[in-house]
Amino acid sequence: MFEAIPPAVIYLLGALLVPFLKGRFRQAFALAIPLLGLLNYTAITEGVHWTVTLLDFELVLGNVDRWSLIFLNIFTVLSFVGILFIINDNKALDLSAGLLYAGSAMGVVMAGDLLTLFLFWEMLTLAAVLCILARKTVEAGKAAYRYLLVHVFGGVVLLAGILIHFATGGSLAFEEIELSGPGAWLIFIGFGINCGWPILGAWLTDTYPEASVGGLVFMATYTTKTAVFVLARCFPGESILIWIGVAMVLIPIFYAVIENDLRRILAYCLINQVGFMVVGIGLGTAYSLNGTAAHAYCHILYKALLFMAIGSVIYRTGKSKATELGGLYRSMPWVCVFCCLGAVSSSFPFFSGFVSKSMIMSSAVKLDTPFTTFVWAVLLFGAAGMFLQAGIRVPFATFFSRDSGVRCKEAPLNQLLAMGIVAFLCFCVGTFPGMMLYPMLPNPEASYDPYTVAHVADQFAFLFFGGLAFTLLIRSGLFPAEIRATNVDADVLYRRGGPFLYRIFDRGLNGANRIASALFIGVIAKHVCNFFESGASRMACWIMTPVWMMQGADSEQIEDNRQAFFRIARKGALPIGITASCAVVMLGLLSLIFLLEK
Amino acid sequence: MKPETSHPDETPGWFDRKENVRKLLMGLFIGCGLLVLIDLIFLVTGFDKHPYLKWEQWPGFYAVYGFVASVLLVFVSKYLLRPLVKRDENFYAEKSNTNPVKGGSEDV
Repeated sequence: MFEAIPPAVIYLLGALLVPFLKGRFRQAFALAIPLLGLLNYTAITEGVHWTVTLLDFELVLGNVDRWSLIFLNIFTVLSFVGILFIINDNKALDLSAGLLYAGSAMGVVMAGDLLTLFLFWEMLTLAAVLCILARKTVEAGKAAYRYLLVHVFGGVVLLAGILIHFATGGSLAFEEIELSGPGAWLIFIGFGINCGWPILGAWLTDTYPEASVGGLVFMATYTTKTAVFVLARCFPGESILIWIGVAMVLIPIFYAVIENDLRRILAYCLINQVGFMVVGIGLGTAYSLNGTAAHAYCHILYKALLFMAIGSVIYRTGKSKATELGGLYRSMPWVCVFCCLGAVSSSFPFFSGFVSKSMIMSSAVKLDTPFTTFVWAVLLFGAAGMFLQAGIRVPFATFFSRDSGVRCKEAPLNQLLAMGIVAFLCFCVGTFPGMMLYPMLPNPEASYDPYTVAHVADQFAFLFFGGLAFTLLIRSGLFPAEIRATNVDADVLYRRGGPFLYRIFDRGLNGANRIASALFIGVIAKHVCNFFESGASRMACWIMTPVWMMQGADSEQIEDNRQAFFRIARKGALPIGITASCAVVMLGLLSLIFLLEK
Repeated sequence: MKPETSHPDETPGWFDRKENVRKLLMGLFIGCGLLVLIDLIFLVTGFDKHPYLKWEQWPGFYAVYGFVASVLLVFVSKYLLRPLVKRDENFYAEKSNTNPVKGGSEDV
């Protein structure tokens, strides 16, 4: 057996080298990296590996336990699928961004200390920005900028949290942290921004629809799930997470109903599903934490499948809105099949979502308190909503519904292959969870069996009647019409609030600046300057004026005298007699003051 | 249902034929009926579902919940949320854009 190396190293080196290669060689190399990662994964064992000393700190690049292994497993699988999905275009930027994304996410789940975590955390942001920029549209450029701003803010919050936590006697080890004190809270919020929490997570639905087709597969896989991972590691059982998760399950699903952009609908559903995982972390039991890990695994699979299917549609048609699509099953039958499989995988028995989502729900209801029963009811509602939107409406609006008249070619072979692999995995994981999924879960002692007769029958009834409701609503015209519109979400805070603040600061600070400039430079500085330049000479002229009057000069003469005297005084070229008499007067005055003081 | 843009030379797809859509709908209705029937059989035979909550033992609980949740979700979104948050499609477009596209959303 060979020695494993940090998976992040493989991917980051790959990301750096990809731009220097050309043609087929680049494609082969980019595909070889995830395969190498997969091989490397098989050699990674539990324990602490790869420590590096940096200044006074010991960075741990490999703190491996069951939590990190299950995430590393799915991250590695998805890195191969994601690269395969974009390999036909052979664009260096897309491939590099994808590899960088995968490598950074693996760096986070393998990190053993908070500094290493932070380093890879920031790399995730960089990779995501590249994934958005790879779309190469003006809107994508703006979205990338917004993404960068929000996540740099999140990164600063996290870093501040880590530093305060460390300065107040906390450990830099990446382990469970008690949620007390400003340091821990800032870390908590820094994680929450990436996790897509209500308000803090508005970046997600704002920027995902602008990302490149392939880049979004990486974005949907890595950022929110690494956030779930770090929350599970640092804050398991924090009850506030239950509330946050409930809000994540509930709020976005309403938005999804009235959204027109297909990838934004899926993004809302993504937050809804991440909400399940956050609830699982908040409940903090062995069962619920297993549910969180399992659901992250399964959700990555079927959500990637859905995003790839819609990505292929955008790739071929250039359209992403429900109002512009429909009837595509004629042109893209295979993509249609894969999209439906992704939809089915979200909830149906024998597919991945079924065996994991129910773990979290049953762990809530097992606690048997009125509150957890309420949580269970909300999760059930969220599951219905998610199935209605991602499960029925997205495939329906894209591939069936009315014929939009759009005709295009079937997706490229590599994209179909990538979707095929994930669809196959969704089925295998869902049908044989005892073989494919449950042995990897963090708490092996908390076993779960989803395939009881009652559970399967109930789930079918639940989904069929959800489908029935959709059908009746569509046919009766009660389902909200697909409308081209912008629905205001919390991103309005920075998309409108940002420019608003900018205007306030523009008017306020620049106004103050203008007034200060006029006052200080235009008035005060001018007079001070004048005083020091000619003040003394002018005073000398005033003093001399009565002398000239006593000498009987008329006003014209006095004016002439004054001008001549002013010129001489300014140059300091007074005759010695006058200078001497001034000095005498000055000395006399000083003596007088001295005497008076006495 | 007629296609909105014409591709008259195409043979209509499987889902374009009314009889096929009707078959699908019948399949859905029959499926729903069967699932209710199964629940009733559970009730009659006294099959223990091992429920965590007593509601789960009620026949048709999940069917009703799935249906009601879906309808409620759609109605709340349509009648409460959309009037609150809907803006023009170019809501976030640049102010400097001197030629905004007019009537993007209102004319639907």
